[in-house]
Parts: sequence; C-alpha cells; structure tokens
Amino acid sequence: MVNIISDETIEYVGILAKLELSDEEKEQAKKDMGSMLDYIDKLGELDTTGVEPMSHVFPVHNVFREDVVTNTDDRENILKNAPEEKDGMFVVPRTFE
Amino acid sequence: MSILDMTAVELAAAIKNKEVTVKEATEAVLDQIEKSESTYHCYVTVDKEGALRKAEEVQKKIDAGELTGPLAGVPVAIKDNMCTEGLLTTCSSRILGNFVPTFSAEAVINLEKAGAVILGKTNMDEFAMGSTTETSAFGETKNPWNPEHVPGGSSGGSAAAVAARECFYALGSDTGGSIRQPASFCGVVGLKPTYGTVSRYGLIAYGSSLDQIGPLCKDVTDCATIMEVIASHDLKDSTSVERDDTDFTSALVDDVKGMKIGIPRDYFGEGLDPEVKAAVLKAAEVLKEKGAIVEEFDLSLVEYAIPTYYTIAAAEASSNLERFDGIKYGYRTEEYNGLHNMYKKSRSEGFGPEVKRRIMLGSFVLSSGYYDAYYLKALRVKALIKKAFDEAFAKYDVILGPVAPTTAPKLGESLSDPIKMYLGDIYTISINLAGLPGLSMPCGTDSKGLPIGVQLIGDCFKEKNLIRAAFTYEKARGAFGRKEEN
Repeated sequence: MVNIISDETIEYVGILAKLELSDEEKEQAKKDMGSMLDYIDKLGELDTTGVEPMSHVFPVHNVFREDVVTNTDDRENILKNAPEEKDGMFVVPRTFE
Repeated sequence: MSILDMTAVELAAAIKNKEVTVKEATEAVLDQIEKSESTYHCYVTVDKEGALRKAEEVQKKIDAGELTGPLAGVPVAIKDNMCTEGLLTTCSSRILGNFVPTFSAEAVINLEKAGAVILGKTNMDEFAMGSTTETSAFGETKNPWNPEHVPGGSSGGSAAAVAARECFYALGSDTGGSIRQPASFCGVVGLKPTYGTVSRYGLIAYGSSLDQIGPLCKDVTDCATIMEVIASHDLKDSTSVERDDTDFTSALVDDVKGMKIGIPRDYFGEGLDPEVKAAVLKAAEVLKEKGAIVEEFDLSLVEYAIPTYYTIAAAEASSNLERFDGIKYGYRTEEYNGLHNMYKKSRSEGFGPEVKRRIMLGSFVLSSGYYDAYYLKALRVKALIKKAFDEAFAKYDVILGPVAPTTAPKLGESLSDPIKMYLGDIYTISINLAGLPGLSMPCGTDSKGLPIGVQLIGDCFKEKNLIRAAFTYEKARGAFGRKEEN
C-alpha cells in the first residue's frame, strides 16, 4: 500500500465525518482508505492541465422561484418522527452549561 | 394467461376491458408475495391494507372514467429510498428504521396520479451503497433465478420483486448502475434516464449529481410507458430538466435500419466473463441483421471511471448523510454525553460498515489539503470522460456493451473485498458521470442458468434511440423469463 493512513488522520476524519469508530473499525478504516486512495491515485496518470472541474453535466444555472409557501402546517406529523419532542419542539441535549 | 404473467401494460388493458378488477390483481400479487417472500425477501415493508384500500379507490376512478392511463390499477413496488407519505421509508438502514415520511417523492406522486397501487417498499443496499443488496440492515434479498445468488444492487429488491412476480413493475434508483445491474442479474428490463429527467424530490440522496430514478419492469413497452408517467419537470428539484420529448412510447418501433451502433472494444477486454461476452455480442449481431450499422470503436478512459466515481460519490454522500444526526427523525443512541457525543454515537450505531466506509472516504477527499488533489481532480477527469462520450455520440446513435462483467455472484462472496466489488461497476458507472441514459435488458443465460444483460447507452436526452433499439431486439429475441415452478 502506498497510502499509509495514520492514526491522527483517521481521528481527524472521524471528527469531520461525525463518526465514533471502535479500535477495530479504525484499523479496518485505515486499511480500506489506504487501498481506496491507492486506487484513486490512478487518476494522477491523466494530464488534466487546463481542464475545468465539471460539477454538473449540463450548462445549468441557479434556479430561482418565488418564495411562496405551498405546504401546510404539518408539525404534528413531522414531530412524530422525532426521537424526543416537547411542547411542539425537537429536544436536543444541553449544548452549553 | 395468469394475472401474474401479465406485463403492467397488459394488466392495465385487462382492467380497462373489465376482464380483471384492480382488487383481483392486487390480491393475486399479494398472494404471490405471501408465497415467495420468505424465500426471496424482496421487501422491507409490505403494505397489504394500504394496497387493498387503494385498489378500491382506483377501481372507482377507473369505472367513473377519471383514470384512463396505460398504468391505471397496476400494483407497483417502490425502492425504500423514495419517500412515501405515511409509509415507513428506511433506506434499508437502522438509522431510518422508524422513519415515516410526511410527503411522497415526486416520482411516486406521478405514479399515484396515474392510478398506481403501491404494494410496499423494496429492499436495497443501505443508502444505495452496494452492488448486491447484502449491505441492507434488514437482511439480504435473494435472486429469484437461483436463491443462492445475489439479485444485484443496490435496487436488488425492486429487480427481484419484478422477477419473482411479487409486483408488476418497480421503481429503482441508479447512482452507479443500481438499476441496470440488478435488472441484468434478475433478467428484467431497467432504465436509468438522462440526469434530470425524473425529479429527485423525495429521493433520499446518495450522490446527488449522479442519482436518477427509473423503472424496473418486464419488457420494453412497460419501460417506455412507465418513463412517460414518471418523467416530469419539477420546480422542487433544481436539477430537474424541462423536456418536451417525453413521449417515450412513440419510440416503440420495430425498426433499426440505418441506426449506428458502436461497440466499445474497451468494454470487452480482460475481466469480462466469456459467456457474458458471447451473449452480448450475439445481441449486437441480431440488431445488425435487423439493419443497424454495427462497428467497433475505442471509447477510452474506461479504467478511470471507477476511481472518479468513488471519489465524487463518496464526497457527495459524506455531505448528504450529514443530516442524519438523531434529532429530527431516525435513530438516536440511548446513552450519550452532550450534543456532539450524541451525534457521533447515533451515527456510528445507525450506519452500517459500507456507509461508514464511504462517509469516511468522502470526508477525507473533501478535507482541507486534499480537496484539490482528490475531489477536483476527479471532477476534471469527469469532464474528460464526458468528452469521450461526446466524441462517441458524434458517430453513433447507441453504444452497446455488457452491463456487468459476470452474472450474479453467490451470496456472501462480494463484501469481503470492496475494490473487487467496485470493479463490477465498470460498465455502468461512467454513464452516471456523464449524465447519460442507459438501458439494461436480458440477452441470454449462462451455463448456470443465470440471466445475462445487454446495456444500451444513449446520448443525453436520447432515450428514444435506446427504446427503439431495445424494442427491436426484444421482438427478434422473443419472450424471456424464468420457468415458474407453480
């Protein structure tokens, strides 16, 4: 494997990804990511100088529409999906002391 | 003819002619589900009561002359990554294991307006990440041609449900081959439309720049008919394209005289199973005999499609799946210490290994310091791949090749080596990168008795070329189906 993923990198990516991996999962992730990156490095064989990155296949532009409310109040049903709700609101853990 | 043997269009005609009622058709297919679901496990959720209730409603509208379309009254299965109002939508993930949407996907609404009866939600790879339907959190689906084999993925439940006659047609979604490959493995017809043709509103996003909804069905006529119903310009999807050429059934023409078909040599090289190769080339021969001009050419860049795809798809997935945080819906961990720990634990317990692998890779390629080297590089190669297709379509109306290098692998053989599994997507994946339409249909079986698929690829907005070629080939090929035991 050419790409050796360090513990620090896995730790950092875990923070970005908001994932808490077990030690076993971390080892597996290091291996998987290393071999994927080795594979992705193949793209380096291609000279892409002067090629614009293509994010969209069609020449589309921002699509605007009037800001008109078309849906109705569906709070009750929406809150039914919430793991925890109180007085018509989502409950989240305390974020500051 | 048994009701279950009818295509969707045949069933709708029989309902219209009062030979069959919507209720009879719905009961017949629900019975079939009861009989064979324990073997194949195509569905995550079967909504028996909802379907029977809907069948009565639809029948009334048909009788009153309010519903006259070519799919009115036909029972359908929906992949479990499309929102269905009031009906559990899990993406085959633990993190959405209890999610009941308050709205329906636009494609689903279009079907309902056309008189569809929704039977339930089909199994899939978790968040559509996988090629076998084995990454589902709710168990694997089995291939109706041989239950020791996978149905393909990620729309494996939809493809298997059509093949097992547990629905008359189904919707799937295709990010890197997720409609075409399971269609090929299960011996049914599947189409991934041009990007933007079917609204993605209500489709739980994986790789937004690549995802498209499309049909899995019994024949090409059904395919064109379903496309005509689900294609729509939708203001709620900003990448939705306004098209005035969605009369796809007008292309159901048995004639390919003068049609130029290109066979990319680089799709027939190393790694392609000889039996698949022979069957696909035979299909090209059939079209040649019917008057098409068939020639070989070099497409180029084929081996770069997979690394490009996995970079872009993982990047988009890592961003799209950030919304699953255990607050507004879905799974929340039992015990946690503060907000961030709750996010992390909920996500870590809620997502399966393949999803976590792609989120990690995506977060890495988008991270500061690697964004240019990986993500932007992949977008540049994507531009080159698109250009290679543009050049090919300057010469050809249709590109013909295999769907997958092999027929369906055995259960349990694919997940141990992710890169090997990803390599199976080599012929389907570049079509998503270039936004092109691709159709998969059966062209034979191998010595194990498993179906082989041929893929027809068109230029953007040229689904009609695919439908015409597919219809002509289907007429010449004759009926294709699994021998039913019962």
